[in-house]
Amino acid sequence: MGRRGSDVPMRILAIARNTFRENIRDKILYNLILFALIMILSSIALGQLTLGLESKMIIDLGLTSVSVFGTLIAIFIGISLVYKEMEKRTVYVLLAKPVHRWEFIVGKYLGLLFTLLVNVVIMTFGIVLTLLYQGSSGPATFVRLLPAAWVIYLSLALTTALALVFSTFSTPALSALFTLFLWIIGHFNADLLQFATLTQSATVGWVAKTLYYALPNFSNFTILDSRNIIQSAAHAQPMDASAILWITAYGLVYCGGLVTVAIVVFSRRDFK
Amino acid sequence: MIEIRNLTKDFRVGFWKNRPVRALDDLSLDVHKGDVFGFLGPNGAGKTTTLKLLMGLLRATSGSAHILGEPVESVSMRRRIGFLPENPYFYDYLTPEELLTYIGRLFGIRQPALGKKVRSLLERVGLAEVGRLQLRKFSKGMVQRIGIAQAIINDPEVVFLDEPMSGLDPLGRREVREVIVSLKEQGVTVFFSSHILPDVEVLCDRVAILRKGRLQAVGALEEILSMKIEAHEIILTRVKPQDANQLKSMCDALTVIGDRLHLRASSSKQVQAVLAYALANDAELISVNPVRPSLEDYFLREVGSGRDGAPRQ
Repeated sequence: MGRRGSDVPMRILAIARNTFRENIRDKILYNLILFALIMILSSIALGQLTLGLESKMIIDLGLTSVSVFGTLIAIFIGISLVYKEMEKRTVYVLLAKPVHRWEFIVGKYLGLLFTLLVNVVIMTFGIVLTLLYQGSSGPATFVRLLPAAWVIYLSLALTTALALVFSTFSTPALSALFTLFLWIIGHFNADLLQFATLTQSATVGWVAKTLYYALPNFSNFTILDSRNIIQSAAHAQPMDASAILWITAYGLVYCGGLVTVAIVVFSRRDFK
Repeated sequence: MIEIRNLTKDFRVGFWKNRPVRALDDLSLDVHKGDVFGFLGPNGAGKTTTLKLLMGLLRATSGSAHILGEPVESVSMRRRIGFLPENPYFYDYLTPEELLTYIGRLFGIRQPALGKKVRSLLERVGLAEVGRLQLRKFSKGMVQRIGIAQAIINDPEVVFLDEPMSGLDPLGRREVREVIVSLKEQGVTVFFSSHILPDVEVLCDRVAILRKGRLQAVGALEEILSMKIEAHEIILTRVKPQDANQLKSMCDALTVIGDRLHLRASSSKQVQAVLAYALANDAELISVNPVRPSLEDYFLREVGSGRDGAPRQ
C-alpha cells in the first residue's frame, strides 16, 4: 500500500508511452513528415535562385515547413487521440483500472509532446542535412536553428493542448475546426488590443482586452522581441535569451492551463 | 463483496438534453464472496449501465454502490477488481504481449515479474503462440480471450464481465465458461451479464433478472425457478403399435420421434404404470428424466409477458 504513491508516474508514463506508440504506428504521420522533408530538400533548388543567400533560403523555407507541417501534425494527433479512446471504448478498460482520470489526460498529453518533439527533431535534422549538402554552412549555423526550433516546438505544444481540450468533448472534425479557428485568431491577437484602445465603448474595450489576454497569443511564437523568429535564424541575428525564457514561461503556463481545463471536462464526463 | 443500494441512473436526451430517460431504477442487490452471479435481462434492460456505474464510468443520479467495502468511485479499490467491457476493442496496433504489459504497468507491476505474468496469462487463455501478432489480425474469440486476460492480470478478488459470451461460437463460449469455472475454483467472485441462458444455468450460483431498468427477481436459480419437478419424460423404443395406443391412454402426452416414443407423465403413479406396462411388453427403456422449468421458460414468462405492460412487482 505504501507504494501506491510511487505508481503514479509509472502509470502516467505507461499511458504516454502507449500514446507515442500509437502515433508512430500511424502511417499518416509518416506522410506528413515526408512532405516536410521534401519541402526542406526543395529549398536547395530555390536556393540556387538566390545567389549567395542559399543557406538563408534553406533555413527560412525549412523552418517554415517545420512550423506548418508541425502544426498540421499537432492538430491531427491532438484532436483524435482522446476521442478515439472514447469512440473505440478503450477508455472503459483503462479507467476501470486504478487510473485517475487526470493521470489519463496528463499521460496522453505527455505522449503527444514527445511525439511532437521527435517530429521537430527529425525535421530540424533534415534542415541540418540540407545545409551540410549545400556546403556553405558551419556549426554556427546549426546552433542558430535551435532557438527557432524550440519556439516552434512550444507553439506546437500549445496547438496540441488546444486540440486536446476540444477532443475531450467534441468530434475530431469540430475539434479541428475550433483549434484552427483559435490558431488563426491567435495570430492576429495584437489587433484585438489595438481595437480595445481605439473603441469608444468602455464595455467593448474591456471585452476586447479580456479576449486579448485569454486567447492563446500565437503571434508571440512567430514575432518575438519584435523580430520574426524564423527570419532572425535565417539572417544570423542572435536571439535574446530573456525573450526565449519569457516565451517558454508563457507557453508552459498556457499549456498547463489548457491541460487543467481538459482534466476538468474529462473528469465530469459520463461514458455512455 | 458487492453492495448496490437504490442505484438510479437517468440519461438526459433530446436536443437540449432536458428530457430525462431512466435507464436504471432503484436497483438494490448484494453479491456474496465466491459467488458466480448472473445478471440477466433482454437488450436495453440496463445491464451495461449498471456495470458502467460499478466501474465509475457513469455517475449515479441517486443511490450508491460499494465493491469490497469501498465506494465505486474509489480508484484504489480498482486494484482488486477486473473488468471486461461488452464487445471489447483493444488497440489493434499492439500485440497481446504489448497490451498486457501496458495494462500490467497501470497496476504498478514491475519487470521482471511483469514479463513472467504476461507469459503465464497468454498461456492460460491459449494465446501464447500469437503473443507477437498485432491484435488487428485477431478473430472475435481471440479478442475476447485477450480481454479476459487483461481483466485478471492483477489477480482480482472480483471480476466483472459484460456479455462475455456474446458473439462467440460454441467453442469460444465453452472456453469462456471454463475460465469462469476456474476463477470460481480460485475463490474469485464473478459478476457477469448475459442473455445466453444455458450458460447462466450451468455457471451461476445466484442470478438477478433486470427488465426496463428494474429488478424483476434475485436469488438462487432454484428459488427463482421454483425447481419443482413438473413431470417426467419417459423415452421408449421398440414399442408395438397396439401397445403405443395403450400407453397413450396411460399418460398425459405422447410424441413419436423416429422409432422412439416420448411420453410425459405428471404423477409418479403414471410413471410406474407406464414403466411396468412397457417392460412387460418387451419395449426398451431409453431414459426417464424429470422435467423442470428452464431459465428460458422463466425468462419468456416473466419478461415476455409484461413486455408492453407495467413492470411486475
